[in-house]
Order: sequence, then structure tokens, then C-alpha cells
Amino acid sequence: MQKLPKWADVGLIPAINLALALIVSGLVVSLIGQDPFEALAIMVRGAVGSTYGWGYTLYYATNFVFTGLAVAIAFHAKLFNIGGEGQAQLGSLGVALVCLAVPWPHWTLALPSAIVGGALFGAAWAAIPGYLQAKRGSHIVITTIMFNFIASALLVYLLVGALKAPGMAPETVRFPEGARLPSAQEILAVVGIPFSRTPLNISFLVALIACWGVWLLLWRMRLGYEIRAFGHSEPAARYAGISPLRITMLTMLISGALAGLMGINAVMGEQERLLQDNVLGAGFVGIAVALMGRSHPVGVLLAAILFGALYQGGAELEFETSVPREMVVVIQALVILFTGALDGMVRGPLEKSFLRFRNKPKPGVPAE
Amino acid sequence: MSDPAIELRGISKSFGPVHANKDIDLRVMPGTIHGIIGENGAGKSTLMSILYGFYKADRGEIHVRGNKVDIPDSQAAIRAGIGMVFQHFKLVQNFTVLENIVLGAEEGALLKTSLGRARKLLKQLSDEYELHVDPDARIENLGVGMQQRVEILKALYRQADILILDEPTGVLTPSEADHLFRILEGLKREGKTIILITHKLREIMEVTDTVSVMRRGEMTATVKTAETDPEELAELMVGRKVLLQVDKAPAKTGETVLEVRNLQVVDESGVERVRKISLEVKRGEILGIAGVAGNGQSELLEVLGGMREGTGEVLLNGAPLPLAGAGSDARTRRRVGVGHVPEDRQTEGLIMNFYAWENVGFGYHDDPRYNRGPLMNNHALREDAEAKIAKFDVRPANCWHTARNFSGGNQQKIVIARELEREPDLLLVGQPTRGVDIGAIEFIHEQIVALRDQGKAILLVSVELDEIMSLSDRIAVMFDGRIMGERLPADTNERELGLLMAGITDTEHEHSHDEIEQNLAQSSGKAG
Repeated sequence: MQKLPKWADVGLIPAINLALALIVSGLVVSLIGQDPFEALAIMVRGAVGSTYGWGYTLYYATNFVFTGLAVAIAFHAKLFNIGGEGQAQLGSLGVALVCLAVPWPHWTLALPSAIVGGALFGAAWAAIPGYLQAKRGSHIVITTIMFNFIASALLVYLLVGALKAPGMAPETVRFPEGARLPSAQEILAVVGIPFSRTPLNISFLVALIACWGVWLLLWRMRLGYEIRAFGHSEPAARYAGISPLRITMLTMLISGALAGLMGINAVMGEQERLLQDNVLGAGFVGIAVALMGRSHPVGVLLAAILFGALYQGGAELEFETSVPREMVVVIQALVILFTGALDGMVRGPLEKSFLRFRNKPKPGVPAE
Repeated sequence: MSDPAIELRGISKSFGPVHANKDIDLRVMPGTIHGIIGENGAGKSTLMSILYGFYKADRGEIHVRGNKVDIPDSQAAIRAGIGMVFQHFKLVQNFTVLENIVLGAEEGALLKTSLGRARKLLKQLSDEYELHVDPDARIENLGVGMQQRVEILKALYRQADILILDEPTGVLTPSEADHLFRILEGLKREGKTIILITHKLREIMEVTDTVSVMRRGEMTATVKTAETDPEELAELMVGRKVLLQVDKAPAKTGETVLEVRNLQVVDESGVERVRKISLEVKRGEILGIAGVAGNGQSELLEVLGGMREGTGEVLLNGAPLPLAGAGSDARTRRRVGVGHVPEDRQTEGLIMNFYAWENVGFGYHDDPRYNRGPLMNNHALREDAEAKIAKFDVRPANCWHTARNFSGGNQQKIVIARELEREPDLLLVGQPTRGVDIGAIEFIHEQIVALRDQGKAILLVSVELDEIMSLSDRIAVMFDGRIMGERLPADTNERELGLLMAGITDTEHEHSHDEIEQNLAQSSGKAG
């Protein structure tokens, strides 16, 4: 039976988790002699207090939507894909190769091609662990995390070799002008809304479409029905004639493709060249985003915006006060810890108090 | 008259909105066997869990031998002299019998002294109560009947004089069950008090002195067993008159639908589960496969249902079915007319987190009726679900409930509705009424017989011998992956089938129970 009403599951628990994380963060901040309330105010103002803050917040959020959706869809098939980092790196490579291959005349041509390139490379990188899981039973957690290291090494190899631009830095040459994506500032200027110059670009809309697409897939399409059934019970999937191999492979391909799409935002939309470290941990943040978002696209979107705000607010905090950069990482880590790992700590007592609250018998409900 | 061994006064327990026990009074007299009977979900297990300290009652008192006691945990229950034998044994598989008995009741830091004492006491106990077990055998090498004895010995070693047995015969062959009942009689003679929880009327009638009936969390009656009969008890359990015997006309069989030749199944760990068996099922006939759980029946169903690969030959209406590789999956089986009510509805037949309407299409979800291109036609699914829920009287009649929120019987009705409505040529049915209440059992049996009468072939696997005897037109007994023999229900009896289930074909001779035990232990040892 349903232990918690839906609103408590999707709203109250994340809110309590977040509040606990902020309280502990506040304690840590005051321990190093800073005012926690002032720190919080700076973070909030920095993240959402201006179009500049919003621009960066949503730019980061775009990354996390892609990696969060990647983790979320794999969760539905009970696959713990923690290789979003590596898949995003390979996706970035795919995006970069597409951008560099052709002197693109206009971004409307470059973007769809880059989406295909990023998705294909990300999917391919996820396909190998998927196959090993489905066919050989190698645990996907182990293989995907190992593939993160391989991806990172592969990128370094390419960026100091075949793809290296002239000069010292391990990076590619700049993408052609025609591959540049319109920024939020440019898009909003068309309709007369002033917006600060930020890396937020049209990829945000692609991320929103991806959210809708994942929702459609999971709850409206036959494949999604099969993915969810397989995730709940593998024997049931076999009973229904759903091939575990097929579902594992397809889910990992879609998951990898979503992670790979992150490249269009970070690489094509902002950096406009392929750098050695272009993912910056977004693959791992995606895990927390998916956990906090309850693996639902809407939840993922909201959680991604929250983490985007934390990133941006943290950067402002570091800039404006003497709170060291490491402290910002600590705060982010606490949020991940409380929303992800310590979820059960809040859930258990909350379920109990709800049960006690609704302690009235209903006819026709079976006991035991 | 002496104080009751156990007296419960006004015990109530709720789980959220579910009132599992409502104001229960119970008096169990010392030196008796007291049966507690009720349908699944009637609250029997909850009540015993309260008595054994797993749950705390919201209200009410527990008195043991006239003294009010507080039982906050199982340690307290043991101190009060209460021992419990669970349905699922709680034994350490790779420990010996002796080690298991001492576990949790060791004295001092050195194991040796405890083991020595236990060995002596064990010898004494086994002589006294006919509870013979080799103290140095490892649990994993023992059959279920033996393991159950170890559980009883464990309780006795902790000086229990009130013994609760929760559905003790669920995993036993009839002869093992008989032996268990003799042990219980012996314990009773020695002055022990026994509480037997079961849903089997036959057992209640056979061994108990007094029986209490539970329904929907309430204790509806306590009667002397000698003064009642199964019909009355069934009525008390369900709250209305129940047909205990399946009402069916003789089978009108037609041509062969399913033909199995030399079917062999080897599982993932290389153990041969089905050993080249052959059988056939005709139109309009129910072939029942009897056997103790774990003798290859599950694997047989899984291969025929397309959930597992095998070798040999299987013909459906004369056309061979692939047993491995392409076309051997469940989807293809459904397409050629094989319906399957799986043994475990919770992990196989239903997705517990899916709504009823989602489950109604499960396995048939690629049917054009339920689809619009790559999208599911959820509207069609819901319409279909509502029709099936109405026709099969699923309660609550709400297709927006998740499968988890239905009782066992109603979950099974959803599965039965889905599989039977397709009118498959061959229906595979595994444990159709496991965990299903009596009222629903009657209904499910009627549905299966109705499908037979439409001229469909039915292969029924059940560990409930009563069910096999009353539903089948022909009975095959499986033991250790082989078919030990086929009988007609009219020409056989429980004793004969019980011996076949224990792997003894020579049914003319008297066999000692130890021989049967040994046989079963060997087969389960091999299987495990």
C-alpha cells in the first residue's frame, strides 16, 4: 500500500532533505567563522537575484538535466548507470567532431547534426557496459565507472595528439562561426527582453524537449512500458516475453545518448572548442539530480535547476567572501548526501508519522 | 480448572488504515492442540507475531499461565516459554543441526561446553518425542521435513512449553505432514501446548482439540473440533456458504493439444531439473502435476511458457515449438495460443507497482488493440481493464489501484482474467490458489473448469494435493525431475500419491517414514 501521499513523496521529502543540508552547511560555515545567513543570502542572490545569475544557473541546470535524465531512465530499468561522466565526455567528443568536420553555414544545420553526433558517441560508450551486463553479467556499476576513466584517458590522448590545436593547451581549435549556438541574450533580444551575457543558450530548450521526450517514452510508449516492467521484475519481464538483453541495451543506449547531449550545451554552446575537462563532474551530479527528482523528468528538471543554483550561488560565494572554494564543494556535497544517500533517514520517520496520523480503519483493505 | 496456557484479552493492532486485529480474545488451554484458522489476511500471522514479540499490540493484554506479561521482543517470548516455528525456516544453511540449535542460546565464551550440553539434551528430546535428527548433519543436506524438526527442537531446547507453528505443512508431503502430526501428539501428551496456524481445514479436523476461526481481523468463533465439521468452519471463515468440492462434469476429451517428448531442462548452475519427461494433454482435459515444491514442476512450466530454454520436443496442435533461441520466448508462445498463469504472481505474473489497467495488458502489450504506433493506447487498456474487473469481480473495482494494493485473491483474479479471456488453446497454470482466500479459490476453480469445458487443454501444477485431486482429470506425479507415474483421480488416493511424491513407485509395500525422509533429503540435497 501507498505509505506516503504523493505530495509528501515528491515535495516534502526533498524539501526536508534540502533544509537539513542547508542547516548542516550553515553550521560548517559558522565553524570557520563566517556568518551562515549572510552566506546563504549571497548564494541566493548570486544564483537567482539577477538575469546574470539566472543565466548561469540555467546554463548549469541544462547540463544536469541531460545527465540527470540519463541516470533516471536507467534507474527505471534498474540499471545504475554511473558512467554519465564518461558518456558525456564521449558525447562532447562527438559534438566537437561534428562541429569541426564541416564549415557550418548556420547553427540551424549544425545543431541537429551535433545532437546526432553527441547522442551517437554517448550511446556507443554506454553500449559496451550495457552489453557486458546483459550478456556476461558484469555489473554495470563497475563497468560504467571504469569506462569513465577510459573516456577521460581517451580524451587526453586525442587532445594532445590528433585533435590538438597549435599552441600549448590540450584543446581543439575553435569551432567555425556557423556552429555557434544563439545565446539566451540574443534570443531574448529578438522579443525585446534584456538579458545579461551568460553562457545560457538554446540547448536549454533542447533539454526541455528531452524531458518531455523521456516522459513520453516512459509513460506513453510501449518501449517505456517494457523498460519499467523490466525494472520492477526481471522474471516478470521474461514471463511477458520482454527480452532482458534488448531492454538493457536499448535503455543504456538512450541513457548514454542523453548524457552525450550534454556536449551541445557545454562544448558547442559555451566553450566552442573541446577542452580536456569539459564535463566538470556533471555526470556525477546527474546521479543526485535523478535521485532527488525521483527519476521523473519534471523532478529531474527541478532538481537540475536547484543544483544549477547551487553551482552558481557557490561561485558567487567564493567570489564575494573569504569562504574558500572547498567550502562550496562541501555545501554541494552535503546536499547530495542528504538528498541522495540519506533519503531513508527522513523517509522512515515521516512514513511512520503519516501512518499514525491516518490511523483510521478502512473497510475492504486486507490485513497482514 | 487450571489457568489457560495463553490468554489474550482485547488485542488490537492496526497498520495505518488496516485493522489487522480487532479486539481479539483467545484462551488456549494447557496440554491441548489449538488450531487457528482463517483466510489469508484474516490476521492470524499478525496475532502470532504479537504473541512472539515482533509487533506490539496497540491495545490489549497477554497472560501466560495466569500471569500478565509484557512481550516487547522475541527474547521475552522465549523467557515466557513460547517457541515459534516459522513458515520460512530461520536456519543457517551451512551450520550443523547442533550448531543451529545452540545459535543464540550459547552459554559462555567457549562453544564446546554449549554444544556438549546440547548434544545430551537433543538425544533426550529426540527419544522422548520421536524427533530423530542427526545432530551433526548440515542443514543444507536435510530435506524440509527434517529442517522443520530442527526448528521444533530449537524451540524445545529453549525450554518452550507453548509451541506456535505457522502453516507448518505448506512444504511437506502428506506423509511428512502425518509424521509431524504424530510428533505434535507426542508433545501434547508430555503436557506441551501447541498453537497450529493453518488455512487447511483437513489438518484442523485431524489434529486439533479446539479451533478458533478468524475473519477480517476478528475472532469469529472458538469451537471444540469434535463438535464441528469442515463445512461449518469454511462458512465461519468466509462468512457465507462455500462449495468445498469442485463441481465438474466428466471430461470430454478431444485431440491432443500439447505433446511433450523427452523434455530436458538444465538450470544455470548445471543441475538437471527436468529429466527427459514425456506427457500429453488433450482438448477438454486438465492434467494435474502433483509433487513437492522443487521437483522440476516450476521449470516444466517455465519452459512451456517460454521463460526458460530446454531440449527435447514439444508439439502444440501438432506443430513443433522451438525450445531455445529465436521464437522460444513467451511473446511467441502467447501468439500461438499458450496462456500462462505463473506460479508466482507477485514477481512474474504482475508488476506490483503498475496500475491494474497496466497489468491487464501485461504480456499482451504488443497486441494491436492496445497500441497506436509506438504509443500505448492507454484508453483501450483502461476500458479493457474495467470490463475484466467487472466480469471477474475484482475488488476493489478500481483500475487505478496498483497491483500491490489488491489482496492475493484479487491479484490472482487479475492474472486469471487476463490469461483466460484470451481463450488460449493451452493454459499453463501454476499454483492457482496459493495465498488466495477460500472464496476466491472457489471462483478460480470454476473459471479453470469452465475453460476446460470450452474444449481447451489445461496443464495444472500445484503443491496442494487437494487441489490436484479435485480439479484434475488425470494426475501425473513429479519427483526429482521425473514423472513417477500417472493416475486417474478416481483410482488413487492421497497415500499413493504421497508415496509417489516421495519417489517411491512400489506403493504396495509399507514404507517407513525414515526411508521417505531419506529419499526426499537426497533429492533436495542434489537439487540444492
